[in-house]
Amino acid sequence: MPTLKIPTPLRPYADGQSALTAQGQNVSELLENTLEQFPHLKKHLYSEDNILRPFVNIFLGEENIKDLQGIETPLKEDDILLIIPSIAGG
Amino acid sequence: MTIKITSRLLKEIHTHGENAYPEEGAGLLLGSEQDGFRSVLNLLKLDNSREKIARHNRYLITARDMLQGEKEAEQLGLSIVGIFHSHPDHPNLPSEFDREWAIPWYSYLITSIQNAEALDTRCWRLLDDRSGFSPEEIIISQEEN
Repeated sequence: MPTLKIPTPLRPYADGQSALTAQGQNVSELLENTLEQFPHLKKHLYSEDNILRPFVNIFLGEENIKDLQGIETPLKEDDILLIIPSIAGG
Repeated sequence: MTIKITSRLLKEIHTHGENAYPEEGAGLLLGSEQDGFRSVLNLLKLDNSREKIARHNRYLITARDMLQGEKEAEQLGLSIVGIFHSHPDHPNLPSEFDREWAIPWYSYLITSIQNAEALDTRCWRLLDDRSGFSPEEIIISQEEN
């Protein structure tokens, strides 16, 4: 199963785990299955409109999935995804 | 909640904000946390990646910068424990935009810069329900950790 690495700030919402595995043919399915297991993660990853918050970046290796096929990016069994936030404010 | 930082590192944060004035300056706080006690042990001072026209009241640290920050922190045996940024000619209170983009757990250190001079720094953490921030006490140490 693909692995999703969780950054330190979000680990409290994933039972303290730094990496999660879940089924998923693409990023969207992986996220859906992960959030089913860890629903408290959702409010920090998704806005009230149910879209990924703008600061949420998901990298497949060195590539941001925004530069691939977005959440439809297909996954292989041994793929490792990283959630990397971008930080903004004013 | 408390965060400890040396006067030397705090001075570096102030200088970074003063040098960025009238734009916002920002960077990463690298440190550690043990038993809920957080210490800043190093800084990663970054360029503000927002477009120039917006830099007077917005800052951006890109995901690539964060990825680099994570790597540098790991090499030092540290973690990214927070973010610092400056508010040129505004108080050191989090803005609504700060709240919308905030990430839980991180310490948000905000310095008010008035007329290119750093005045005061306060620290904040996002509430779990994302409705606002709670203040975090800053302990300034004269000694290196």
